[in-house]
Amino acid sequence: MVANSATLKSKEQLIEKWGKQEVISGSEMLLRSLLLEGVDCVFGYPGGAVLYIYDAMYGFEDFNHLLTRHEQGAIHAADGYARSTGKVGVCIATSGPGATNLVTGIATAYMDSVPLVVITGNVATTLIGTDAFQEADIVGITMPITKHSYLVRKAEDLPRIIHEAFHIANSGRKGPVLIDIPKDVSNEKALFKPHTEVKLRGYNPTVQPNKQQVDKMLRAIEQAERPVLLIGGGAVYSGAHEEVLAFAEKTGIPVTTTLLGLGAFPSGHELHMGFPGMHGTWTANMAIQESDLLVNIGARFDDRVTGKLNGFAPNAKIVHVDIDPAEIGKNVPTDIPIVGDVKAVLQQAIAGAKYASKADAWRALIAERKAAKPFAYKDSDEELKPQWVVSMIHETTHGDAIVTTDVGQHQMWAAQYYPFNKPRSWVTSGGLGTMGFGFPSAIGAQMGNPDRTVVSINGDGGMQMCSQELAICAINNIPVKVAILNNQVLGMVRQWQELIYDNRYSHIDLAGSPDFVKLAEAYGVKAFRATNKDEARSAWEAALAHDGPAVVEFVVRKGENVYPMVTQGSTIDQMLMGDDE
Amino acid sequence: MSTRHTIAILVNDQPGVLQRVSGLFGRRGFNIESITVGTSEEPGLSRMVIVTKGDDHTLEQIEKQLYKIIDVIKVVDIGSSPMVARELGLIKVGADPAARPEILGIVDTFRAAVVDISPNSLIVQVVGDTDKIDAMIELLKPYGIRELSRTGVTAMARGSAR
Ligand SMILES: Cc1ncc(C[n+]2csc(CCOP(=O)(O)OP(=O)(O)O)c2C)c(N)n1
Repeated sequence: MVANSATLKSKEQLIEKWGKQEVISGSEMLLRSLLLEGVDCVFGYPGGAVLYIYDAMYGFEDFNHLLTRHEQGAIHAADGYARSTGKVGVCIATSGPGATNLVTGIATAYMDSVPLVVITGNVATTLIGTDAFQEADIVGITMPITKHSYLVRKAEDLPRIIHEAFHIANSGRKGPVLIDIPKDVSNEKALFKPHTEVKLRGYNPTVQPNKQQVDKMLRAIEQAERPVLLIGGGAVYSGAHEEVLAFAEKTGIPVTTTLLGLGAFPSGHELHMGFPGMHGTWTANMAIQESDLLVNIGARFDDRVTGKLNGFAPNAKIVHVDIDPAEIGKNVPTDIPIVGDVKAVLQQAIAGAKYASKADAWRALIAERKAAKPFAYKDSDEELKPQWVVSMIHETTHGDAIVTTDVGQHQMWAAQYYPFNKPRSWVTSGGLGTMGFGFPSAIGAQMGNPDRTVVSINGDGGMQMCSQELAICAINNIPVKVAILNNQVLGMVRQWQELIYDNRYSHIDLAGSPDFVKLAEAYGVKAFRATNKDEARSAWEAALAHDGPAVVEFVVRKGENVYPMVTQGSTIDQMLMGDDE
Repeated sequence: MSTRHTIAILVNDQPGVLQRVSGLFGRRGFNIESITVGTSEEPGLSRMVIVTKGDDHTLEQIEKQLYKIIDVIKVVDIGSSPMVARELGLIKVGADPAARPEILGIVDTFRAAVVDISPNSLIVQVVGDTDKIDAMIELLKPYGIRELSRTGVTAMARGSAR
């Protein structure tokens, strides 16, 4: 893949080579510190304020940097890298416009608790506050969307700050940390001492839960007749998929995984009900509404999951497990709060867990419902249906790909028709819902997982928000397979306009879109177009077989809607089921 | 039920920490009635005192959200135990020679002090809880308040309560 990934060194080799105490510049300290943190790939874009840093990369053979074509591409790539690997994603941008171009990506990562270290340059310390050329107060701008941030004042602080930043980003509730480095600091020379310990008074995430609370949960499970496990992204982030499976099997409680939790529990499992909420399964939504015990493990009761809060799970006792105490009770009053890391909580809980034996009738009812109302659509041989395309992608990748999506209808169809059995195989912007995220995040996922098939499913709208990154796929031969579900409109907006705004289709027509095949080819990326099932399958198979990046444009039916759908202001058992009801 | 709460926050003395704390209140829709910051008993740490209004659920969220700020070390709801809360007010009041005796009478009763005198005005300094300062201002209003400046509340739990 990327030329120099073969030269990657072990941690010991890196420490041996780069851990020496020497007088060097802030820029070199930064690069060395990143290597010592185990960073194997950085995405970035240079500019005046980071030129010392970029200069230090010259000839620095261990440092692997990928030049994207937009800072938004860089940060979404770092995000996709982090979500798919569990490691910290890193990106670099210059001051002012470079830094502000990162804002959407930082907010995206913050909303979904993704660990990133974001490095920005700034004007020299002597110019800060003078409205100097390309100055922006990026620390101030991003305060609400970072877990923490630093403005570095002295080069000698860099090793400590970088080490702290990695620790903060990837512990507790994960999230993006910003390090703003003024130009003179990146040039200043000082003694480099690698930093290895973190002392942050006041930052001590609770990992081990309170035993009494865990016991209370176990007792509640024994008493429940209609229990439900709601598994969120926190289960993926804490690496708890095995514990989730063991806990669910031991207790026999039906499971629903949120959009970000997809893959934390095998979707083919008999206890799995699919995802809940606005476009989730009928079975999961009904189960939540009828449950007498709802055990939320690492989900945050997002409004896309709960629908109308007043009337959500009206009869349920609520257990909420979260590493972030502030999530507990934020949206939904909690009967049994458990603060802790999901993995640690479940490990403790599994030992004492008993089979929820009063729930036999409940399990039977759920199995019946799953069979009665799976996701469904009316297929067609005249027009390509997007749901069919996603199923075909699932089939041809044997359900084994890492799938990234953009935001819109295709995102929901991907969640519905591409079942996941492994964690960290599903990369999607759930919290912020960021169009433009899908394609660049796939580049990052592929960099972090060179041996896996990475598929990016996009709409024709969102693909146009970051399509310039086709260049870096071509130039570095990053073999991402891009599917564009082209319905010629901003599909999800069209759906709302049809259902809620009386068919008043204001400004959703994407006429004037490029010929996506020519666009990809212009960058040197192999591309195909498909308008029927035969073409679709053969184009997609050719893309998969191609040794390099490839784009397939699927021309799909324009008026297709995503069902089920819970409209705003409804409780989640009030679902529109569409034509196939 | 919405009530007034006094929260003391021990923070790292870092640039931007006041912005982090006040920004959090604004962003999450919490109210700030007053905010004061100053050094604490420990070098490198500052103490902020925030007076806010909200129900118990809001207070709980405020505390939890504050703890998410890395530079926040400790959050204490000092209003939940006996406390001493003080605010300082400086009131410049119109004071023709004829009115002065009356004003001085009020100042005396409140155990306030006159800290500046000019031909037509006085500056009164008053220290006490919020209600006391409100009352002082009420009483001085008829003489014409030219300028008013209040510090906001700083507070501490009594004795060994914390
Ligand atoms: C940056 C950004 N701008 C606007 C939106 C609002 N939005 C949500 S879905 C959507 C339509 C997406 O259209 P397309 O990319 O064609 O995908 P489709 O829904 O057709 O699958 C829009 C505009 C958004 N989520 N993100």
